[in-house]
Amino acid sequence: MINDLWSYISVADHWWGPNGIMARLDEHLRYSAIAVGISLVLAIPLGLVVGHTGRGTAVVTFIANAFRALPAVGLLIFLVVLISPQFTGRSEARYLIPTTIVLVLLSIPSILANTVEGVRNVDPEARDAARGMGMTGSQVLFKVELPCALPLIFSGVRSAVLQVIATATIAAYISLGGLGRLIIDGLSSREYPKVITGAVAVAVLAIVLDVLIALIQRYTVSRGVSGRFSRKGATATTAPRKDDAIEADAEVLAV
Amino acid sequence: MIKFESVTKRYPDGTVAVNGLDLVAPSGQITVLVGPSGCGKTTSLRMINRMIEPTSGRIWLDETDTGTVSTSKLRRGIGYVIQHAGLFPHRTIVDNVATVPLMLGVDKKTARAQAMDLLVRVGLDPAFAKRYPAQLSGGQQQRVGVARALAADPPVMLMDEPFSAVDPVVRAQLHEEFLRLQQDLGKTIVLVTHDIDEAVKLGDQIAVLRVGGTLAQLATPADLLARPADDFVAGFVGRDRGYRSLGFADAGDLPTRKEVTVRLGSDFAAAAALAEDGWVLAIGDAGEPLGWLDASHPGTGPIGPQHLHRGGTVATEGGSLRAALDAALSAPSGRGVLVREDNTLLGTVTASEVVARIEERAAAERIEAAR
Repeated sequence: MINDLWSYISVADHWWGPNGIMARLDEHLRYSAIAVGISLVLAIPLGLVVGHTGRGTAVVTFIANAFRALPAVGLLIFLVVLISPQFTGRSEARYLIPTTIVLVLLSIPSILANTVEGVRNVDPEARDAARGMGMTGSQVLFKVELPCALPLIFSGVRSAVLQVIATATIAAYISLGGLGRLIIDGLSSREYPKVITGAVAVAVLAIVLDVLIALIQRYTVSRGVSGRFSRKGATATTAPRKDDAIEADAEVLAV
Repeated sequence: MIKFESVTKRYPDGTVAVNGLDLVAPSGQITVLVGPSGCGKTTSLRMINRMIEPTSGRIWLDETDTGTVSTSKLRRGIGYVIQHAGLFPHRTIVDNVATVPLMLGVDKKTARAQAMDLLVRVGLDPAFAKRYPAQLSGGQQQRVGVARALAADPPVMLMDEPFSAVDPVVRAQLHEEFLRLQQDLGKTIVLVTHDIDEAVKLGDQIAVLRVGGTLAQLATPADLLARPADDFVAGFVGRDRGYRSLGFADAGDLPTRKEVTVRLGSDFAAAAALAEDGWVLAIGDAGEPLGWLDASHPGTGPIGPQHLHRGGTVATEGGSLRAALDAALSAPSGRGVLVREDNTLLGTVTASEVVARIEERAAAERIEAAR
């Protein structure tokens, strides 16, 4: 088995060929980036407004919980049936749009809920002081609430990214590319080294991205909020959340 | 000057927090709003900077009706200090203090330099400037809160229970520093507290509010203790009013007597020989009283700090009758220690001498009142 795996990955064409790992990785990243990008643009402004005004918190919680339990594959097939006949001319769009919708719906809840929660959790006294010293509503939001909410927002984005990376494998079900291609093709042709390569690649990608975002978080979140103080008396550090990566791994294998 | 003109706050559910309040907080003075929970003291305070909008009535800031200016403009001209300081956790201490000047368009360098000066002024080590609020104790955070409120040099300061979240020792320290600061700055201050002792200690005038948001009495601390307007105020002001009111009575020149003293390090036996009624006062090198030495339990060798009785309080010359009486009552020798401004020993006075002074004073007041 190990030998089979080794002989599979030692073939250069399996890496760099037109259907190799790198090409699939590129597709996988593209699907994921589009979906996460759309989610960020939608969920963060909405979350900030809901968190700041306190209006619609209940609706957000409801939506977030409902979407979390989304049956991704079922929805994807439903959307393909619904949408793809409208795009008969362009072959990629008819599959890319349903995939993107599913991934966006999957990633919005954690970003939205964490953004709302992050803003709601800002120390009421700090908010009161900000208003009391004459900050306008948007100054309170951008100068106080957003910087203080960043750790929770980042954690929402990180779990969204992990979930999208794991779930983007299903694009292969509907004849798109991505790392899921290796898994599905490998399963149908009983090339297990290919399956394992695909699964491991997804897991590694998830971990690498998580570490990258953790680094960005480290340099954008104020030390005063994250608790990483330079002097003695440091209490907490923000380590990458390994449990999420493991979770993503499990999801990949479940596919 | 801040003037409330029949100000009422009624909430949509019908609760009346403040009911027809008329009140003037004079310029350059500390006005304390005090009362039990639910008396509308915080609501009244927050209506001044319109964190809460009055239902009816007007609040004037000097010649300006606060209802006619925009809330942000109004608030930028009013310092605001709250219970837990409400510092911004993501900003360093110096940037917290510089917040309002930066909003008002002061350049960063100037704002930070001013902020550093203010930190020193409120008694914080400038080394704290680069730290974050979470690294400071409650008392230190509260000092930063005061510095931040002072940063734009507003003529008016609103303080909502500013000292109630810190322990009693730190609170007493903050009280002293706050009064010293106010002596330099002369701000118009409205301060809310539920603690009548704090009100008496800090206020130039005290407004006692009762539940339902009406004014029960507006008076100076001495007047409030001496002449509560009704049972509610009397009950709220509490016990020991006679004794506490001595805190506002100037002791004047008390008949002090010279005290034989010993220095630390001198021989025990020699010191004991000097004792009067079994006690002799020990002083330090600068002539400052350190404590009483019990001559009836003679030791041997030189006198050390560990041999001294520390229970006695010390009254300062020109202080209050309360401090003088307390010094006499707390001294194990029965002789209360008085010191000069520079903390050197002036002499001692007994409780009966202080009480005699109190009675003379009361008699003089009765004659004055009868005229």
